[in-house]
Amino acid sequence: MKRNSLFSLSAAAALGLVGVVLAIQPASSAALQDADSQTIREVARGGYLVKIMGCNDCHTPWKVSPDGHAEPDMTRMLSGHPQDLVMPPLKPAEAPWAWTGAGTNTAFSGPWGVSFTANLTPDIETGLGKWNADTFVRALRTGRHEGQGRPILPPMPYPMYRNATDEDLHAIFTFLQSIPPIRNRVPQPIDPPESE
Amino acid sequence: MRHRSRIAPIAGAVLSAVTTITILGGAFAGEPPSEAPARNDGPVVPLRLSDTGLYGAGGAIDPRNRPFVPQYPLWSDGAEKQRWIRLPENTPIDISDIDAWRFPVGARFWKQFSWNGRKIETRMIWKAGENDWIFATYVWAEDQRDAVLAPETGVPNVVEVGRGKRHSIPAIEDCHTCHLSSPAVVLGFNALQLSDDRDPMAPHAEPLSPSAVTLRTLLDQNRLHPARPDLAAHPPRIRETDPVGRAALGYLSANCGGCHNDRGPLARLGLVLLHDTDPDGKSGADMPEPARATAVNAAGRYVMPGIAPERSRTVAPGAPERSALLHRMRSRRPSSQMPPLGTAIPDEEAVELVRRWIEQLERR
Repeated sequence: MKRNSLFSLSAAAALGLVGVVLAIQPASSAALQDADSQTIREVARGGYLVKIMGCNDCHTPWKVSPDGHAEPDMTRMLSGHPQDLVMPPLKPAEAPWAWTGAGTNTAFSGPWGVSFTANLTPDIETGLGKWNADTFVRALRTGRHEGQGRPILPPMPYPMYRNATDEDLHAIFTFLQSIPPIRNRVPQPIDPPESE
Repeated sequence: MRHRSRIAPIAGAVLSAVTTITILGGAFAGEPPSEAPARNDGPVVPLRLSDTGLYGAGGAIDPRNRPFVPQYPLWSDGAEKQRWIRLPENTPIDISDIDAWRFPVGARFWKQFSWNGRKIETRMIWKAGENDWIFATYVWAEDQRDAVLAPETGVPNVVEVGRGKRHSIPAIEDCHTCHLSSPAVVLGFNALQLSDDRDPMAPHAEPLSPSAVTLRTLLDQNRLHPARPDLAAHPPRIRETDPVGRAALGYLSANCGGCHNDRGPLARLGLVLLHDTDPDGKSGADMPEPARATAVNAAGRYVMPGIAPERSRTVAPGAPERSALLHRMRSRRPSSQMPPLGTAIPDEEAVELVRRWIEQLERR
């Protein structure tokens, strides 16, 4: 592992605009001029990976437009399951159905209990603001929360993502540290009923 | 802390898992032991336990390997354990950081796990170079004559340890989770665990054989540097006057402090359950245990199910039913169990001990 240092918060702040721009469209040269080239490359690479790996599919709450079209609400980009969206109790799915998802695509109920997608923004209290790159890489490699705690629950496809290179995982983390922090305290997962 | 993994490419090996952990980024600098084939790209772990140096003539434990017994054993679903250490001759353990002992290159530790008298696995930690630690697990054969190196991913469900519950051989990543999150890589061989002032109420305490290494024997043999004669006069102990509190916090230090300490990756959580030997640079006799200061009445991040968040506490004095730490000790559900790995059934004796400790804490 080649890098230990936490992508600095000041650099993240400076690149906030870059991250937002890259998440939606290619960055403008003006937005990039103050950041160092290595970091710019990582943010660009990370933003690209976040887009093609489908991170927004679950970590950005979906909204339904008036014409019935559903899409991720990018004003809440990668902030996870909304804290004010309290999910009611749910009967277990009847076979052959196995699991159920919320309309926001941020909460999932299945044999593992109920899982909520995490806030990946760099918010200090509710997101990844206190994480460093090593913690992020370890979490994806081990499939454990914080890199060493409870299992990361379905449907997070870490068994695939764990095969990414260190460079790609660092780039993703650098990108995530560059996007705007959103304060959103995601609920903790709920264990399945004892009888299951 | 940096680490790297390396699979030993040994021809004909059906099971091979060698993981080298590089601490502080240095390159491998030590000589591999004679029983392991030398390679120019680093140390190689033997494929069989019998080749690791644990055994000597006639298949008995090599007398250079000394038994030791931590006073607060790690809970492993009721496993019977035996442990040995091999220290290179004439090289002391650097204890200048009393809570992060630095072992000489060549030091090796073994821990054997048995259930119902049958050996199941033996783990080895080997300091192969100044900055290289190797973790390996050997799985015992059915005939109990030898054990072979386990795969890097571990072996699930090797023995039933309770109704419907089975013990699994840990993956190398699981070894890293605890051993690389603590100030010291070796968790059961430190000042508190070897203290001669042993806790008579420690859950699952094991008898101390006359030949066992203790803090006093290490001091007497000048195996610790710099010299700390005060450790003989005042052996380390949990700083609780109440015997229940002493045993409870000792248990938490040994079973939870590997991750929950103030020097590892989870320091940011602010929950410190690891005992500290010299908190004020001296005996620290008047300092509260870190667990007292950081767990009792702390809001914590985990909210007790069915309890209003503002009433949930890591340890709620006098209220076990609102204490997340106790709830998670009891749980073996995937989202809430603590420790999150290495155990499939809760430690009922320790749960009851910690419950008693919380019960008698003064309510606030």
